Amino acid sequence: MALKGASFTVPFFGGFILFTVVPVILALSKSLYTARSSGLGFGAKTVSFSGLENFARVLHDQKFWGSLWRVSLFAVIVIPLIQFASLTLALLLDSVRRRYAGRLRIAMLVPYMTPGIVATLIWIYLYSPAVGPLTPFFKLFGIGANFYGSGMIWVSVGNLMAWGSIGFNMLIVYGALQAVPRDIFDSARVDGASEWRIAWSIKVPYVRRSLVLVSVLGIIGTLQIFSEPLLFRSMTPETVTKDFTPIMTIYNQAFAVGDFNYAAALSIMLALVVGLVSATFYKLTNRAPT
Amino acid sequence: MSTTTPARRRYDDDLPAGHHPSKLSRTLVWTGLVLFLIYSVSPIWFLIVSATKNQRDLYTSNGLWFADFHLFDNARQLFTYHNGIFLRWMGNTLLYGVVGTVGMTVICVACGYALAMYRFRGRGVLMGCIIASFLIPGALLTIPSFLLYTRLHIVDTPWAIIVPHFFSAFSVYLAKVYAEGAVPPELIEAARVDGAGEYRVFFTIGARLMTTGSATIFLLGFVGSWNSFFGPLVFLRGEQKWTVMLGLYSWLNVKVDQSYDLTGLVIVGSIVSLIPIVALMLAMQRYWRSGITLGSLK
Repeated sequence: MALKGASFTVPFFGGFILFTVVPVILALSKSLYTARSSGLGFGAKTVSFSGLENFARVLHDQKFWGSLWRVSLFAVIVIPLIQFASLTLALLLDSVRRRYAGRLRIAMLVPYMTPGIVATLIWIYLYSPAVGPLTPFFKLFGIGANFYGSGMIWVSVGNLMAWGSIGFNMLIVYGALQAVPRDIFDSARVDGASEWRIAWSIKVPYVRRSLVLVSVLGIIGTLQIFSEPLLFRSMTPETVTKDFTPIMTIYNQAFAVGDFNYAAALSIMLALVVGLVSATFYKLTNRAPT
Repeated sequence: MSTTTPARRRYDDDLPAGHHPSKLSRTLVWTGLVLFLIYSVSPIWFLIVSATKNQRDLYTSNGLWFADFHLFDNARQLFTYHNGIFLRWMGNTLLYGVVGTVGMTVICVACGYALAMYRFRGRGVLMGCIIASFLIPGALLTIPSFLLYTRLHIVDTPWAIIVPHFFSAFSVYLAKVYAEGAVPPELIEAARVDGAGEYRVFFTIGARLMTTGSATIFLLGFVGSWNSFFGPLVFLRGEQKWTVMLGLYSWLNVKVDQSYDLTGLVIVGSIVSLIPIVALMLAMQRYWRSGITLGSLK
Protein backbone atom coordinates (compact mmCIF):
# COMPACT_ATOMS: atom_id res chain seq x y z
CA MET A 1 0.00 0.00 0.00
CA ALA A 2 2.67 2.48 1.02
CA LEU A 3 4.69 1.39 -1.99
CA LYS A 4 1.77 2.07 -4.33
CA GLY A 5 1.32 5.40 -2.59
CA ALA A 6 4.95 6.22 -3.22
CA SER A 7 4.50 5.36 -6.89
CA PHE A 8 2.29 8.47 -7.27
CA THR A 9 5.35 10.58 -6.66
CA VAL A 10 7.49 8.84 -9.29
CA PRO A 11 6.54 10.99 -12.33
CA PHE A 12 7.17 14.22 -10.45
CA PHE A 13 10.45 13.22 -8.89
CA GLY A 14 11.67 11.69 -12.16
CA GLY A 15 11.17 15.03 -13.87
CA PHE A 16 12.39 16.95 -10.84
CA ILE A 17 15.69 15.10 -10.93
CA LEU A 18 16.09 15.60 -14.69
CA PHE A 19 15.06 19.26 -14.85
CA THR A 20 16.21 20.60 -11.47
CA VAL A 21 18.81 18.37 -9.85
CA VAL A 22 20.74 17.53 -13.03
CA PRO A 23 21.04 21.21 -14.08
CA VAL A 24 22.33 22.15 -10.62
CA ILE A 25 24.97 19.42 -10.79
CA LEU A 26 25.75 20.40 -14.38
CA ALA A 27 26.26 24.01 -13.30
CA LEU A 28 28.62 22.92 -10.52
CA SER A 29 30.69 20.73 -12.83
CA LYS A 30 30.73 23.18 -15.77
CA SER A 31 32.02 25.93 -13.53
CA LEU A 32 35.15 23.89 -12.81
CA TYR A 33 36.19 23.73 -16.48
CA THR A 34 37.45 26.36 -18.88
CA ALA A 35 37.20 26.33 -22.66
CA ARG A 36 40.19 27.83 -24.43
CA SER A 37 40.50 28.38 -28.11
CA SER A 38 43.77 27.06 -29.43
CA GLY A 39 46.28 29.23 -31.25
CA LEU A 40 44.80 32.33 -32.83
CA GLY A 41 41.24 31.45 -32.06
CA PHE A 42 40.79 29.17 -35.09
CA GLY A 43 39.97 25.50 -34.79
CA ALA A 44 38.20 23.61 -32.04
CA LYS A 45 38.19 24.82 -28.47
CA THR A 46 39.87 22.66 -25.89
CA VAL A 47 38.11 22.19 -22.58
CA SER A 48 40.26 21.58 -19.57
CA PHE A 49 39.77 21.26 -15.84
CA SER A 50 40.61 24.53 -14.17
CA GLY A 51 39.45 24.03 -10.59
CA LEU A 52 38.25 27.20 -8.92
CA GLU A 53 39.83 29.46 -11.53
CA ASN A 54 36.44 30.63 -12.84
CA PHE A 55 35.39 31.60 -9.32
CA ALA A 56 38.59 33.53 -8.79
CA ARG A 57 37.77 35.36 -12.00
CA VAL A 58 34.25 36.07 -10.71
CA LEU A 59 35.72 37.59 -7.53
CA HIS A 60 37.63 40.09 -9.65
CA ASP A 61 34.83 40.74 -12.10
CA GLN A 62 34.04 44.39 -11.51
CA LYS A 63 31.12 44.38 -13.95
CA PHE A 64 29.40 41.49 -12.16
CA TRP A 65 29.84 42.98 -8.68
CA GLY A 66 28.87 46.37 -10.03
CA SER A 67 25.62 44.96 -11.36
CA LEU A 68 25.01 43.08 -8.11
CA TRP A 69 25.64 46.25 -6.09
CA ARG A 70 23.27 48.12 -8.39
CA VAL A 71 20.37 45.70 -7.87
CA SER A 72 21.11 45.30 -4.13
CA LEU A 73 20.93 49.02 -3.54
CA PHE A 74 17.76 49.12 -5.59
CA ALA A 75 16.19 46.22 -3.63
CA VAL A 76 17.09 47.77 -0.27
CA ILE A 77 15.37 51.01 -1.20
CA VAL A 78 12.42 49.91 -3.26
CA ILE A 79 11.23 46.75 -1.46
CA PRO A 80 10.64 48.48 1.92
CA LEU A 81 8.84 51.30 0.11
CA ILE A 82 6.61 48.79 -1.67
CA GLN A 83 5.90 46.93 1.59
CA PHE A 84 5.12 50.18 3.38
CA ALA A 85 2.70 51.18 0.64
CA SER A 86 1.07 47.72 0.63
CA LEU A 87 0.64 47.81 4.41
CA THR A 88 -0.80 51.32 4.33
CA LEU A 89 -3.19 50.35 1.59
CA ALA A 90 -4.31 47.20 3.43
CA LEU A 91 -4.93 49.26 6.59
CA LEU A 92 -6.91 51.84 4.60
CA LEU A 93 -8.97 49.11 2.97
CA ASP A 94 -9.55 47.52 6.38
CA SER A 95 -11.15 50.69 7.68
CA VAL A 96 -13.87 51.07 5.04
CA ARG A 97 -16.99 48.99 4.67
CA ARG A 98 -16.43 45.45 3.44
CA ARG A 99 -18.71 45.95 0.43
CA TYR A 100 -16.57 48.83 -0.87
CA ALA A 101 -13.37 47.04 0.07
CA GLY A 102 -14.35 44.08 -2.11
CA ARG A 103 -14.93 46.22 -5.19
CA LEU A 104 -11.82 48.36 -4.70
CA ARG A 105 -9.73 45.26 -4.24
CA ILE A 106 -10.63 43.90 -7.68
CA ALA A 107 -9.74 47.20 -9.37
CA MET A 108 -6.48 47.41 -7.46
CA LEU A 109 -5.56 43.94 -8.67
CA VAL A 110 -5.65 45.01 -12.32
CA PRO A 111 -1.86 45.52 -12.33
CA TYR A 112 -1.37 42.05 -10.84
CA MET A 113 -3.34 40.55 -13.71
CA THR A 114 -1.15 42.35 -16.23
CA PRO A 115 1.77 40.17 -17.37
CA GLY A 116 5.17 41.64 -16.47
CA ILE A 117 6.17 42.16 -20.09
CA VAL A 118 2.97 44.02 -20.94
CA ALA A 119 3.28 46.11 -17.77
CA THR A 120 6.82 47.05 -18.78
CA LEU A 121 5.69 47.92 -22.30
CA ILE A 122 2.90 50.14 -20.97
CA TRP A 123 5.24 52.06 -18.69
CA ILE A 124 7.89 52.34 -21.39
CA TYR A 125 5.31 54.13 -23.52
CA LEU A 126 4.02 56.20 -20.59
CA TYR A 127 7.59 57.35 -19.93
CA SER A 128 8.33 57.90 -23.62
CA PRO A 129 8.82 61.58 -24.48
CA ALA A 130 7.24 60.99 -27.90
CA VAL A 131 4.12 58.98 -27.02
CA GLY A 132 3.53 59.15 -23.27
CA PRO A 133 1.59 61.75 -21.28
CA LEU A 134 4.06 61.86 -18.37
CA THR A 135 6.74 64.05 -19.93
CA PRO A 136 4.27 66.82 -20.94
CA PHE A 137 2.61 66.46 -17.51
CA PHE A 138 5.83 67.16 -15.65
CA LYS A 139 6.62 69.97 -18.07
CA LEU A 140 3.49 71.73 -16.77
CA PHE A 141 5.30 72.14 -13.48
CA GLY A 142 8.51 73.16 -15.20
CA ILE A 143 10.17 69.81 -14.57
CA GLY A 144 12.06 68.39 -17.52
CA ALA A 145 11.92 64.72 -16.59
CA ASN A 146 13.87 62.21 -18.68
CA PHE A 147 12.61 58.84 -17.49
CA TYR A 148 15.18 57.00 -19.60
CA GLY A 149 18.15 58.97 -18.25
CA SER A 150 20.76 57.34 -16.05
CA GLY A 151 19.67 59.33 -13.01
CA MET A 152 16.05 58.36 -13.41
CA ILE A 153 16.17 54.82 -14.74
CA TRP A 154 15.91 53.13 -11.32
CA VAL A 155 13.08 55.40 -10.30
CA SER A 156 11.33 54.42 -13.54
CA VAL A 157 11.91 50.70 -12.98
CA GLY A 158 11.03 51.00 -9.27
CA ASN A 159 7.74 52.66 -10.07
CA LEU A 160 6.99 49.95 -12.60
CA MET A 161 7.69 47.26 -9.99
CA ALA A 162 5.64 49.05 -7.36
CA TRP A 163 2.75 49.34 -9.79
CA GLY A 164 2.87 45.63 -10.50
CA SER A 165 3.27 44.34 -6.95
CA ILE A 166 1.55 46.62 -4.43
CA GLY A 167 -1.93 45.31 -5.22
CA PHE A 168 -0.90 41.69 -4.76
CA ASN A 169 1.08 42.31 -1.58
CA MET A 170 -1.80 44.32 -0.22
CA LEU A 171 -4.08 41.33 -0.80
CA ILE A 172 -1.83 39.07 1.29
CA VAL A 173 -1.53 41.62 4.11
CA TYR A 174 -5.26 42.35 3.97
CA GLY A 175 -5.96 38.62 4.20
CA ALA A 176 -3.80 38.43 7.32
CA LEU A 177 -5.62 41.45 8.79
CA GLN A 178 -8.97 39.71 8.36
CA ALA A 179 -7.67 36.87 10.52
CA VAL A 180 -7.07 39.16 13.53
CA PRO A 181 -9.71 38.33 16.17
CA ARG A 182 -12.12 41.28 16.14
CA ASP A 183 -12.74 41.34 19.91
CA ILE A 184 -9.14 42.49 20.45
CA PHE A 185 -10.12 45.78 18.80
CA ASP A 186 -13.11 46.12 21.11
CA SER A 187 -11.03 45.62 24.21
CA ALA A 188 -8.49 48.14 22.92
CA ARG A 189 -11.24 50.69 22.30
CA VAL A 190 -12.68 50.13 25.75
CA ASP A 191 -9.19 50.86 27.06
CA GLY A 192 -9.31 54.14 25.14
CA ALA A 193 -6.96 53.39 22.24
CA SER A 194 -7.33 55.54 19.12
CA GLU A 195 -7.71 53.98 15.64
CA TRP A 196 -4.14 55.03 14.82
CA ARG A 197 -2.88 53.37 17.97
CA ILE A 198 -4.83 50.20 17.19
CA ALA A 199 -3.43 50.10 13.65
CA TRP A 200 0.14 50.57 14.85
CA SER A 201 0.14 48.43 18.01
CA ILE A 202 -2.20 45.59 17.09
CA LYS A 203 -2.72 45.30 13.35
CA VAL A 204 0.88 45.87 12.24
CA PRO A 205 2.43 43.30 14.62
CA TYR A 206 -0.22 40.80 13.56
CA VAL A 207 0.67 41.00 9.87
CA ARG A 208 4.44 41.14 10.37
CA ARG A 209 4.93 37.53 9.32
CA SER A 210 3.16 38.04 5.99
CA LEU A 211 5.16 41.23 5.45
CA VAL A 212 8.37 39.30 6.03
CA LEU A 213 7.29 36.65 3.56
CA VAL A 214 6.47 39.08 0.76
CA SER A 215 9.66 41.06 1.48
CA VAL A 216 11.87 37.99 1.17
CA LEU A 217 10.16 37.06 -2.09
CA GLY A 218 10.56 40.65 -3.27
CA ILE A 219 14.27 40.80 -2.50
CA ILE A 220 14.98 37.43 -4.11
CA GLY A 221 13.05 38.55 -7.16
CA THR A 222 14.76 41.93 -7.38
CA LEU A 223 18.28 40.49 -7.24
CA GLN A 224 17.30 38.42 -10.28
CA ILE A 225 15.59 41.23 -12.17
CA PHE A 226 15.99 40.70 -15.92
CA SER A 227 13.11 41.30 -18.29
CA GLU A 228 12.27 44.85 -17.17
CA PRO A 229 15.78 46.29 -17.72
CA LEU A 230 16.12 44.22 -20.91
CA LEU A 231 13.02 45.89 -22.34
CA PHE A 232 14.21 49.32 -21.21
CA ARG A 233 17.48 48.53 -22.98
CA SER A 234 15.58 48.38 -26.27
CA MET A 235 14.65 52.04 -25.78
CA THR A 236 17.80 53.38 -24.16
CA PRO A 237 20.86 51.17 -24.73
CA GLU A 238 23.19 53.95 -23.53
CA THR A 239 21.70 53.97 -20.02
CA VAL A 240 20.91 50.29 -19.59
CA THR A 241 24.16 48.54 -20.49
CA LYS A 242 24.31 44.88 -21.49
CA ASP A 243 25.54 43.94 -18.00
CA PHE A 244 23.22 46.22 -16.07
CA THR A 245 21.92 43.49 -13.71
CA PRO A 246 23.53 40.19 -12.62
CA ILE A 247 21.24 38.05 -14.80
CA MET A 248 21.89 40.30 -17.77
CA THR A 249 25.63 39.78 -17.15
CA ILE A 250 25.14 36.01 -17.04
CA TYR A 251 22.90 36.01 -20.12
CA ASN A 252 25.44 38.11 -21.98
CA GLN A 253 28.35 35.84 -21.00
CA ALA A 254 26.46 32.72 -22.06
CA PHE A 255 24.77 33.80 -25.28
CA ALA A 256 26.76 36.76 -26.61
CA VAL A 257 30.30 35.85 -25.47
CA GLY A 258 29.54 32.12 -25.56
CA ASP A 259 31.47 31.29 -22.38
CA PHE A 260 29.12 28.81 -20.71
CA ASN A 261 31.67 27.76 -18.11
CA TYR A 262 32.14 31.26 -16.81
CA ALA A 263 28.38 31.90 -17.00
CA ALA A 264 27.87 28.80 -14.81
CA ALA A 265 30.33 30.13 -12.23
CA LEU A 266 28.52 33.48 -12.24
CA SER A 267 25.16 31.71 -11.77
CA ILE A 268 26.45 29.79 -8.76
CA MET A 269 27.87 32.92 -7.20
CA LEU A 270 24.57 34.74 -7.68
CA ALA A 271 22.66 31.78 -6.23
CA LEU A 272 24.93 31.86 -3.16
CA VAL A 273 24.35 35.57 -2.67
CA VAL A 274 20.58 35.23 -3.11
CA GLY A 275 20.45 32.30 -0.68
CA LEU A 276 22.59 34.11 1.87
CA VAL A 277 20.53 37.29 1.69
CA SER A 278 17.18 35.56 2.08
CA ALA A 279 18.41 33.35 4.93
CA THR A 280 19.89 36.32 6.81
CA PHE A 281 16.85 38.45 6.27
CA TYR A 282 14.54 35.68 7.40
CA LYS A 283 16.58 35.09 10.55
CA LEU A 284 16.80 38.75 11.52
CA THR A 285 13.14 39.55 11.05
CA ASN A 286 11.87 36.38 12.67
CA ARG A 287 13.96 36.64 15.83
CA ALA A 288 11.83 38.98 17.88
CA PRO A 289 8.74 37.39 19.47
CA THR A 290 5.48 38.09 17.66
CA MET B 1 -29.97 58.31 22.24
CA SER B 2 -32.49 55.63 21.42
CA THR B 3 -33.36 57.35 18.14
CA THR B 4 -29.80 57.75 16.88
CA THR B 5 -28.50 54.31 17.71
CA PRO B 6 -30.38 52.28 15.05
CA ALA B 7 -29.45 54.73 12.28
CA ARG B 8 -25.85 54.63 13.29
CA ARG B 9 -25.81 50.87 13.48
CA ARG B 10 -27.22 50.56 9.98
CA TYR B 11 -24.54 52.88 8.67
CA ASP B 12 -21.73 50.98 10.34
CA ASP B 13 -23.20 47.60 9.48
CA ASP B 14 -20.26 45.98 7.84
CA LEU B 15 -17.50 48.06 9.35
CA PRO B 16 -15.08 46.40 11.72
CA ALA B 17 -16.77 46.07 15.09
CA GLY B 18 -16.83 49.16 17.27
CA HIS B 19 -15.34 51.33 14.55
CA HIS B 20 -16.58 54.95 14.62
CA PRO B 21 -14.34 56.98 12.33
CA SER B 22 -14.27 60.75 12.46
CA LYS B 23 -15.05 62.78 9.36
CA LEU B 24 -11.42 63.78 8.93
CA SER B 25 -10.05 60.29 9.07
CA ARG B 26 -12.76 59.05 6.69
CA THR B 27 -11.76 61.73 4.19
CA LEU B 28 -8.10 60.81 4.53
CA VAL B 29 -8.85 57.12 4.04
CA TRP B 30 -10.93 57.69 0.92
CA THR B 31 -8.43 60.15 -0.57
CA GLY B 32 -5.71 57.55 -0.19
CA LEU B 33 -7.81 54.79 -1.68
CA VAL B 34 -8.99 56.84 -4.66
CA LEU B 35 -5.48 58.08 -5.44
CA PHE B 36 -4.23 54.54 -5.43
CA LEU B 37 -7.14 53.40 -7.55
CA ILE B 38 -6.22 56.00 -10.17
CA TYR B 39 -2.58 54.90 -10.03
CA SER B 40 -3.63 51.26 -10.52
CA VAL B 41 -5.98 51.62 -13.46
CA SER B 42 -4.81 54.69 -15.41
CA PRO B 43 -1.90 52.91 -17.19
CA ILE B 44 -4.41 50.35 -18.51
CA TRP B 45 -6.69 53.22 -19.48
CA PHE B 46 -3.80 54.76 -21.42
CA LEU B 47 -3.23 51.45 -23.19
CA ILE B 48 -6.88 51.14 -24.17
CA VAL B 49 -7.08 54.75 -25.40
CA SER B 50 -3.86 54.41 -27.37
CA ALA B 51 -5.10 51.26 -29.07
CA THR B 52 -7.86 53.26 -30.75
CA LYS B 53 -5.51 55.78 -32.33
CA ASN B 54 -3.75 55.81 -35.64
CA GLN B 55 -0.01 56.28 -35.90
CA ARG B 56 -0.16 60.08 -36.19
CA ASP B 57 -2.56 60.69 -33.30
CA LEU B 58 -0.45 58.43 -31.11
CA TYR B 59 2.31 61.03 -31.27
CA THR B 60 0.27 64.22 -31.43
CA SER B 61 -2.94 63.84 -29.37
CA ASN B 62 -3.41 63.77 -25.61
CA GLY B 63 -2.30 60.37 -24.34
CA LEU B 64 -5.15 60.01 -21.86
CA TRP B 65 -8.04 60.84 -24.17
CA PHE B 66 -9.49 59.54 -27.43
CA ALA B 67 -8.79 61.00 -30.87
CA ASP B 68 -10.21 59.57 -34.11
CA PHE B 69 -11.37 55.99 -33.64
CA HIS B 70 -9.12 53.51 -35.45
CA LEU B 71 -9.33 50.45 -33.20
CA PHE B 72 -10.62 48.13 -35.91
CA ASP B 73 -8.03 49.30 -38.46
CA ASN B 74 -5.35 48.68 -35.85
CA ALA B 75 -6.71 45.23 -35.04
CA ARG B 76 -6.82 44.31 -38.73
CA GLN B 77 -3.23 45.48 -39.09
CA LEU B 78 -2.21 43.47 -36.05
CA PHE B 79 -3.69 40.25 -37.36
CA THR B 80 -2.46 40.65 -40.94
CA TYR B 81 1.04 42.02 -40.35
CA HIS B 82 3.77 39.61 -41.44
CA ASN B 83 1.26 36.97 -42.62
CA GLY B 84 -0.66 37.02 -39.36
CA ILE B 85 2.32 36.03 -37.21
CA PHE B 86 0.61 37.52 -34.13
CA LEU B 87 -2.22 35.01 -34.29
CA ARG B 88 0.36 32.27 -34.56
CA TRP B 89 2.08 33.57 -31.39
CA MET B 90 -1.23 33.63 -29.53
CA GLY B 91 -1.88 30.05 -30.65
CA ASN B 92 1.58 28.94 -29.55
CA THR B 93 1.19 30.54 -26.12
CA LEU B 94 -2.20 28.90 -25.70
CA LEU B 95 -0.85 25.51 -26.80
CA TYR B 96 2.21 25.61 -24.52
CA GLY B 97 0.06 26.87 -21.66
CA VAL B 98 -2.70 24.27 -21.95
CA VAL B 99 -0.54 21.21 -22.64
CA GLY B 100 2.14 22.17 -20.11
CA THR B 101 -0.31 23.08 -17.37
CA VAL B 102 -2.64 20.10 -17.79
CA GLY B 103 0.37 17.77 -17.55
CA MET B 104 1.72 19.72 -14.59
CA THR B 105 -1.61 19.59 -12.74
CA VAL B 106 -1.94 15.80 -13.14
CA ILE B 107 1.66 15.08 -12.13
CA CYS B 108 1.81 17.50 -9.21
CA VAL B 109 -1.63 16.74 -7.77
CA ALA B 110 -0.83 13.00 -7.77
CA CYS B 111 2.47 13.70 -6.04
CA GLY B 112 0.98 16.08 -3.47
CA TYR B 113 -1.81 13.61 -2.74
CA ALA B 114 0.69 10.81 -2.10
CA LEU B 115 2.83 13.00 0.17
CA ALA B 116 -0.24 13.94 2.19
CA MET B 117 -2.00 10.56 2.39
CA TYR B 118 0.71 7.91 2.63
CA ARG B 119 3.49 7.25 5.11
CA PHE B 120 6.27 5.66 3.09
CA ARG B 121 10.01 5.46 3.47
CA GLY B 122 11.78 8.50 2.02
CA ARG B 123 8.71 10.73 2.29
CA GLY B 124 10.55 13.17 4.56
CA VAL B 125 13.46 13.38 2.13
CA LEU B 126 11.13 14.09 -0.78
CA MET B 127 9.36 16.83 1.18
CA GLY B 128 12.76 18.28 2.04
CA CYS B 129 13.74 18.32 -1.66
CA ILE B 130 10.59 20.27 -2.50
CA ILE B 131 11.11 22.90 0.19
CA ALA B 132 14.83 23.18 -0.63
CA SER B 133 14.07 23.73 -4.31
CA PHE B 134 12.11 26.88 -3.43
CA LEU B 135 15.45 28.39 -2.50
CA ILE B 136 17.12 27.64 -5.85
CA PRO B 137 17.06 30.88 -7.81
CA GLY B 138 15.76 30.49 -11.35
CA ALA B 139 18.95 32.15 -12.53
CA LEU B 140 21.06 29.21 -11.44
CA LEU B 141 19.08 26.80 -13.62
CA THR B 142 18.87 28.57 -16.95
CA ILE B 143 22.43 28.19 -18.27
CA PRO B 144 22.85 24.49 -17.33
CA SER B 145 19.29 23.79 -18.52
CA PHE B 146 20.27 25.18 -21.90
CA LEU B 147 23.23 22.81 -22.05
CA LEU B 148 21.06 19.90 -20.91
CA TYR B 149 18.31 20.64 -23.47
CA THR B 150 20.96 20.90 -26.19
CA ARG B 151 22.06 17.40 -25.29
CA LEU B 152 18.43 16.19 -25.24
CA HIS B 153 17.92 17.90 -28.66
CA ILE B 154 14.90 19.86 -27.48
CA VAL B 155 16.31 23.40 -27.80
CA ASP B 156 14.20 25.36 -30.29
CA THR B 157 11.30 22.93 -30.03
CA PRO B 158 8.07 23.46 -28.05
CA TRP B 159 9.16 20.61 -25.75
CA ALA B 160 11.76 22.83 -24.13
CA ILE B 161 8.91 25.03 -22.89
CA ILE B 162 6.23 22.42 -22.25
CA VAL B 163 8.01 19.52 -20.54
CA PRO B 164 10.00 21.36 -17.83
CA HIS B 165 6.76 23.16 -16.90
CA PHE B 166 5.34 19.76 -15.82
CA PHE B 167 7.47 19.61 -12.70
CA SER B 168 6.59 22.45 -10.38
CA ALA B 169 7.67 22.00 -6.78
CA PHE B 170 5.41 24.83 -5.65
CA SER B 171 2.37 23.11 -7.18
CA VAL B 172 3.22 19.90 -5.34
CA TYR B 173 3.41 21.88 -2.12
CA LEU B 174 0.01 23.48 -2.79
CA ALA B 175 -1.49 20.08 -3.66
CA LYS B 176 -0.15 18.53 -0.46
CA VAL B 177 -1.53 21.32 1.72
CA TYR B 178 -4.86 21.11 -0.07
CA ALA B 179 -5.09 17.30 0.16
CA GLU B 180 -4.46 17.42 3.90
CA GLY B 181 -7.51 19.64 4.30
CA ALA B 182 -9.82 18.15 1.69
CA VAL B 183 -9.35 14.38 1.76
CA PRO B 184 -10.49 12.68 4.99
CA PRO B 185 -8.33 9.58 5.69
CA GLU B 186 -11.40 7.68 7.00
CA LEU B 187 -13.00 7.89 3.57
CA ILE B 188 -9.90 6.45 1.93
CA GLU B 189 -9.80 3.72 4.56
CA ALA B 190 -13.47 2.88 3.95
CA ALA B 191 -12.85 2.58 0.20
CA ARG B 192 -9.96 0.23 0.88
CA VAL B 193 -12.10 -1.94 3.13
CA ASP B 194 -14.58 -2.16 0.26
CA GLY B 195 -11.77 -3.61 -1.81
CA ALA B 196 -10.76 -0.66 -4.02
CA GLY B 197 -7.12 -0.54 -5.13
CA GLU B 198 -4.92 2.47 -4.39
CA TYR B 199 -5.09 3.81 -7.96
CA ARG B 200 -8.83 3.43 -8.05
CA VAL B 201 -9.15 5.22 -4.69
CA PHE B 202 -7.13 8.11 -6.05
CA PHE B 203 -9.06 8.51 -9.29
CA THR B 204 -12.55 7.95 -7.90
CA ILE B 205 -12.22 9.67 -4.51
CA GLY B 206 -8.97 11.58 -3.94
CA ALA B 207 -8.80 13.38 -7.28
CA ARG B 208 -12.50 14.32 -7.10
CA LEU B 209 -12.25 15.77 -3.61
CA MET B 210 -9.28 17.77 -4.81
CA THR B 211 -11.05 19.36 -7.79
CA THR B 212 -11.02 22.88 -6.35
CA GLY B 213 -7.37 22.63 -5.37
CA SER B 214 -6.49 21.25 -8.80
CA ALA B 215 -8.32 24.12 -10.49
CA THR B 216 -6.30 26.58 -8.39
CA ILE B 217 -3.06 24.85 -9.32
CA PHE B 218 -4.05 24.82 -12.99
CA LEU B 219 -4.94 28.53 -12.95
CA LEU B 220 -1.72 29.65 -11.25
CA GLY B 221 0.31 27.40 -13.56
CA PHE B 222 -1.42 28.65 -16.69
CA VAL B 223 -0.95 32.29 -15.73
CA GLY B 224 2.72 31.60 -15.01
CA SER B 225 3.14 29.94 -18.39
CA TRP B 226 1.31 32.73 -20.25
CA ASN B 227 3.51 35.37 -18.63
CA SER B 228 6.84 33.57 -18.89
CA PHE B 229 9.57 35.32 -20.83
CA PHE B 230 13.08 34.21 -19.90
CA GLY B 231 12.54 30.54 -20.81
CA PRO B 232 11.11 31.20 -24.30
CA LEU B 233 13.78 33.87 -24.89
CA VAL B 234 16.58 31.42 -24.20
CA PHE B 235 15.12 28.21 -25.66
CA LEU B 236 13.19 29.29 -28.77
CA ARG B 237 14.92 30.59 -31.90
CA GLY B 238 12.54 30.60 -34.87
CA GLU B 239 9.81 33.24 -34.71
CA GLN B 240 7.25 30.65 -35.83
CA LYS B 241 7.57 29.02 -32.41
CA TRP B 242 7.60 32.18 -30.30
CA THR B 243 5.13 33.11 -27.58
CA VAL B 244 3.14 36.35 -27.50
CA MET B 245 5.43 37.97 -24.92
CA LEU B 246 8.53 37.15 -26.96
CA GLY B 247 6.85 38.44 -30.10
CA LEU B 248 5.91 41.76 -28.51
CA TYR B 249 9.49 42.11 -27.27
CA SER B 250 10.83 41.52 -30.77
CA TRP B 251 8.50 44.21 -32.13
CA LEU B 252 9.70 46.63 -29.48
CA ASN B 253 13.22 46.05 -30.76
CA VAL B 254 12.31 47.10 -34.31
CA LYS B 255 13.54 50.65 -34.32
CA VAL B 256 11.54 53.64 -35.39
CA ASP B 257 13.98 54.63 -38.14
CA GLN B 258 12.96 51.58 -40.16
CA SER B 259 10.32 51.98 -42.82
CA TYR B 260 7.55 50.81 -40.51
CA ASP B 261 6.91 52.00 -36.95
CA LEU B 262 5.57 49.14 -34.86
CA THR B 263 4.59 51.15 -31.75
CA GLY B 264 0.90 50.95 -32.65
CA LEU B 265 1.10 47.21 -33.18
CA VAL B 266 2.84 46.64 -29.84
CA ILE B 267 0.09 48.60 -28.07
CA VAL B 268 -2.81 46.78 -29.73
CA GLY B 269 -0.97 43.48 -29.39
CA SER B 270 -0.48 44.07 -25.66
CA ILE B 271 -4.21 44.53 -25.16
CA VAL B 272 -5.08 41.45 -27.20
CA SER B 273 -2.55 39.41 -25.21
CA LEU B 274 -4.23 40.56 -21.99
CA ILE B 275 -7.76 39.52 -22.95
CA PRO B 276 -7.54 35.73 -22.48
CA ILE B 277 -5.61 35.92 -19.22
CA VAL B 278 -7.76 38.60 -17.59
CA ALA B 279 -10.94 36.80 -18.69
CA LEU B 280 -9.66 33.56 -17.20
CA MET B 281 -8.63 35.23 -13.94
CA LEU B 282 -11.95 37.01 -13.52
CA ALA B 283 -13.88 33.83 -14.29
CA MET B 284 -11.84 31.85 -11.79
CA GLN B 285 -11.44 34.55 -9.14
CA ARG B 286 -12.18 32.40 -6.15
CA TYR B 287 -9.56 29.86 -7.23
CA TRP B 288 -6.61 32.18 -7.41
CA ARG B 289 -7.62 33.86 -4.21
CA SER B 290 -7.64 30.51 -2.43
CA GLY B 291 -4.29 29.80 -4.09
CA ILE B 292 -2.82 32.97 -2.61
CA THR B 293 -4.03 32.11 0.87
CA LEU B 294 -2.77 28.54 0.56
CA GLY B 295 0.60 29.78 -0.59
CA SER B 296 0.99 32.40 2.11
CA LEU B 297 0.08 30.03 4.92
CA LYS B 298 3.56 28.52 5.07
